[in-house]
Amino acid sequence: MNARVRTWMLGIWSTAAILYLFIPIFIVVLFSFNDNRGRFNFTWNGFTLRHWAHPFRDPDLVTALRNSIEIGLLSTAVAVTLGTFLAMALVRYRFRGRGAIDLFVFLPMATPEVVMGAALLALFLVFNVSTGFVTILIAHVMFCLSYVVVTVRARLEGMDPHIEEAARDLGAGEMTTFWKVTLPMIAPGVAAAGVLAFALSVDDYVITSFNAGQTQTFPLFIFGATRQGVPAEVNVLATMLLIAVLLLMGLNVLLQRRLSRRDASGGGAEAVEEEPRPMVVTPAPSAAG
Amino acid sequence: MSAISLRWRRSLLPWWFMAPALIWLIVFFAVPLFNQLNVSLMSGNADAGYHSTWAFHTYWDAIRTYHVQFLRSLEYAAIATVIDLIIAFPLAYFLAFRAGRWRNFLLLLVIMPFFVSYVLRTVAWQLILNDNGWVADRLRDIGLVSQHGRLLATSTAVITGIAYNFLPFMVLPLYVSLERMDRRLLEAATDLYASRVTAFRKVTVPLAIPGIFAGSLLCFIPACGDYVNAALLGTSRQYMIGNVVQSKYLDVLDYPTAAALSFILMLLILVGIALYGRVLGSRNLMEAAA
Repeated sequence: MNARVRTWMLGIWSTAAILYLFIPIFIVVLFSFNDNRGRFNFTWNGFTLRHWAHPFRDPDLVTALRNSIEIGLLSTAVAVTLGTFLAMALVRYRFRGRGAIDLFVFLPMATPEVVMGAALLALFLVFNVSTGFVTILIAHVMFCLSYVVVTVRARLEGMDPHIEEAARDLGAGEMTTFWKVTLPMIAPGVAAAGVLAFALSVDDYVITSFNAGQTQTFPLFIFGATRQGVPAEVNVLATMLLIAVLLLMGLNVLLQRRLSRRDASGGGAEAVEEEPRPMVVTPAPSAAG
Repeated sequence: MSAISLRWRRSLLPWWFMAPALIWLIVFFAVPLFNQLNVSLMSGNADAGYHSTWAFHTYWDAIRTYHVQFLRSLEYAAIATVIDLIIAFPLAYFLAFRAGRWRNFLLLLVIMPFFVSYVLRTVAWQLILNDNGWVADRLRDIGLVSQHGRLLATSTAVITGIAYNFLPFMVLPLYVSLERMDRRLLEAATDLYASRVTAFRKVTVPLAIPGIFAGSLLCFIPACGDYVNAALLGTSRQYMIGNVVQSKYLDVLDYPTAAALSFILMLLILVGIALYGRVLGSRNLMEAAA
């Protein structure tokens, strides 16, 4: 086998793998246009736009989606704030117990979601806390924190500490240095962590199912609907979400390209070399299981 | 005196930064795990309430009753992880070495499934593997499935779903470890008369081991605890331990058994990780991570 054939086979295999990843997404989008009869949206019955005309018809679905977005935004805000500070302490300071903290922060990512969800529910049961919106929020902040720390940390570690020292030498206090130097420099990492946390939160089913009580979220609604047939409006909303995320990512690429161009013309040091990258974030086990 | 207190204050500084996040993780992650251990040793019933009684027999009963689901979880998760490794390695290799300017676009495609709800993706598989669906019909045509055989509600369906849902978790760490690799090592190997195959086996694969390790864990751990795939693509005959824990907690309200089950699951996974790390060579891993 010569090198050319090998490259071709590799290419074909990779294309097939990516297609495999794509099949269900394609199905989800396709069936948002299905002219389905009855409750079930399982067989293709012809093209229609009627589901796209009234995507917000089902009030329960709208409530579930609104809960998901609210919880997603709130838990992202809390997790990103707390996680960024933790990441800063881990990178900037050498102190006793740092390794242990590192391991401890990693643990939630190595724990199956069903264990975390069940354990948290047991805690709420013991202390007679009734489950609902707030308990979902607590759980989401908990499992997002580790991912935020990992993401922000990677960015901090790639950053030259001398720049902060320079700022302090030039008379900036701790706070000024943080706001004017550190934060702008780690902003892409913080933004990526935010996107990741939001995605994890909005998509979580397992932990949420344990701690939701009577509150519905988007994934809980879909799971609950599977018995009577998932309404096609769900496909419409999921497609909308997908398009929104893709637009945001495209915007991010454009923005970074423009920024690096500006830095280049302004004589920025390394920015010239830097390829604009889409916001590719670390994979997230609990986005799924 | 003031020098000491200054040093004290400086050494406390990182703890002030960490305190809020740490407290959150302790109260809502660590304490619940210990509390679960406590709950698993309680006895009583849902109506009268549960009391701490050191009821270790719950563990025996749980293992005796549910060892089938435990083994099934490990089996499904292991098969899905191996399938993912086979699918992902060439893909990650292609992304790292051959994709050129398409790389970022292809990476975006790999993480795209994350932007469609997990449950909904699994529902889509339900539709793909449906008894009257195109896939089942074609497989019946070529005889891979018998005339009245089903695809849905089989262990194949559940494993397909699991393998699908965790594939990106395998691709990304593999890609990162391959991309980081120093290509000159491969040149050196071929310069020293290693064939391409030998170079791949003796240079590329060993250097990808941290990626293989990370990817396998990221697939295997969530797959072990998963119950969405088994619930949507399988029947009670395909139920995994996650399904049992979920129904014990939320339907039957048998908290001690549920707590014991999830505690055993966690222990099994920790032991599994340790063994796996041993097999792949922990020194190798440590060196690679450093």
